[in-house]
Amino acid sequence: MSVLVGNDTRLIIQGITGKEGSFHGKQIRDYGTNLVGGVTPGKGGQTALGVPVFNSVQEAKNETDANTSVIFVPPAFAGKAIIEAAEAGINLIICITEGIPTIDMVKVNHVLKNLSTRLIGPNCPGIISPGKAKIGIMPGFIHKPGEIGVISRSGTLTYEAVHQLVAVGLGQSTSVGIGGDPIIGTTFKDMLKLFADDDETIGVVLIGEIGGSAEEEAAQWVLDNRFSKPITAFIAGQTAPPGRRMGHAGAIISGGKGTAKEKIRALKSANIHIAESPADIGNTMLKAIQT
Amino acid sequence: MKIHEYQAKNLLRNYGVSVPEGYPAFSVEEALEAYDKLNSETVVVKAQIHAGGRGKGGGVELAHSKSEVQKIASKILGMQLVTHQTVPEGKEVQRLLIESGINILTELYAGIVLDRVKKQFVFMVSTEGGVEIEKVASETPEKIIKKWIDPNAGLTREQAVSLGKALDLSGDQIESAADILMALWKVFHDMDCSLLEINPLVVTKENKVMALDAKMNFDSNAIFRHPELKVLRDESEEDSAELEASKHKLNYIKLDGNVGCMVNGAGLAMATMDIIKLHGGEPANFLDVGGVANPETVANGFKITLSDPNVKSILINIFGGIVRCDRVAQGVIDAMETVKVNLPVIVRLEGTNAKKARELLNDSSLDFLVATSLSDAAEKAVSAATGGAS
Repeated sequence: MSVLVGNDTRLIIQGITGKEGSFHGKQIRDYGTNLVGGVTPGKGGQTALGVPVFNSVQEAKNETDANTSVIFVPPAFAGKAIIEAAEAGINLIICITEGIPTIDMVKVNHVLKNLSTRLIGPNCPGIISPGKAKIGIMPGFIHKPGEIGVISRSGTLTYEAVHQLVAVGLGQSTSVGIGGDPIIGTTFKDMLKLFADDDETIGVVLIGEIGGSAEEEAAQWVLDNRFSKPITAFIAGQTAPPGRRMGHAGAIISGGKGTAKEKIRALKSANIHIAESPADIGNTMLKAIQT
Repeated sequence: MKIHEYQAKNLLRNYGVSVPEGYPAFSVEEALEAYDKLNSETVVVKAQIHAGGRGKGGGVELAHSKSEVQKIASKILGMQLVTHQTVPEGKEVQRLLIESGINILTELYAGIVLDRVKKQFVFMVSTEGGVEIEKVASETPEKIIKKWIDPNAGLTREQAVSLGKALDLSGDQIESAADILMALWKVFHDMDCSLLEINPLVVTKENKVMALDAKMNFDSNAIFRHPELKVLRDESEEDSAELEASKHKLNYIKLDGNVGCMVNGAGLAMATMDIIKLHGGEPANFLDVGGVANPETVANGFKITLSDPNVKSILINIFGGIVRCDRVAQGVIDAMETVKVNLPVIVRLEGTNAKKARELLNDSSLDFLVATSLSDAAEKAVSAATGGAS
């Protein structure tokens, strides 16, 4: 089994005719993901990547019975695109777009609070269940089907972790990039809940970074819920200076809060196995599931 | 993006927030002209730099006459102002704010920030104004009163009045404080701020509520919808290499070490810095070259990394996903041929077409150290920077 995406996925791409949407859309389709349609306002009736294009998400859902949407819409319009998909009744929205204004995301989350839709991202590489479905911009071929869940705030560092897992013989059930922005839809904690209930996930890799307190909350959740599967974590930014935004909008130590040290301490107190070096993520996970 | 106090106060004034009368001055002459315009016996001469703690560092002084303004302005303009938020050598003061003196009765605090956990903006007030709010938060958190803001409704009158009451104000003061707090939210929302802090917010002896200081940061993701902010950017406040990098759409942050690094992706870039440190070295910078590591971005990356004289070796760490490693390798080779690089360059490429990329690098006449793994790369880069055998 896998979480969130798999053989039941019926995917549409918002922004399918744009540069990013069509480039990555092709790879998503070629990976074998069940792509059923696309949305670009004003281009309804056309065909792209072999699937019909609609003017709105509602239309696309009515015609294709889509349950998942991936968003490649530019930052100025991405917030509205998420709300449109949520209000049309899409169950799972994956927003790849980087650079969405924070106020827009606050408004998006205000809308999502009252709906059952789950949002992954924004500013994320997406989600992949190896061998079943790839919804995002990650290179599919580096992954192998298996039993490790991966949750990460990063992009290429996630690929690095996956590469190391494969090198030690560990495949992935599902790998999720939850996004590098200060406000994201799905957090570490939310993903841990899903992996807890997934029979085929036997261990979890958690890749955090400086800024915010999502890692600390995840550690607390693990303690409170006696999460029993082994977790390996790496926190990026141990050498990052305070007060500086390290590329990701959410990766900033502010007012002395959100340091790697604090996060590592919290994770250790929840018996999470820490990879001190980013080169040891795979090994640490292997050791954790063998003990 | 940050702006100066006088710029923030001008914006606040436009939204009806009362602030002391004041004028910016770029020279001593302008400071004297400002004094004449103010028509106030006592004025405050305030250094304008993008850092807090200016008072403690000697960047804020009272002047009681025109000659004192002359003396103080001459002293502060051009000084290297050192505060807990500046680099150790301080920041040169190039601008002043000359402001009417205010008779302060009480000093309060008001601020709006993002609450990442609740995914909402939070309005905070405290009776403990004029001191570092982080200190209040850690020592006496009960003295910070918070209201979370519904993004559609905004800060309501009811919330604003309740915050006013929490500030121990009474009578008319509550209403005028509520007016100011609502105006602060309006500025914050309209201008896409990421932080707005009034510390202190004061009650004057004349019973007026006023913003005596103002710190305003803007969400860099939202700058595109505020072209009016462009003129407020003070590039002299930014590191020149960082500024240059941003013009090439590269994300660069200068650090103190000697191992330069060039990486694709912010998370991997941080992790690369971390692993350099774990191997006993010190990273010289954070540099994310983004998803497309083509010859041009790599060449620009080299130029920026090399602009730091401390750099003794350069580690290139690229995980090729959609971008193919062989293309990146060719980019590195081409860039090395155009940019003169006299330092050891360690390359670690992994992912799509990594093998082909390593062959390309090994076959080129250029002198690379090709690393086989992340640890190997860090080890080689640190060793090269410290002059050891590699």
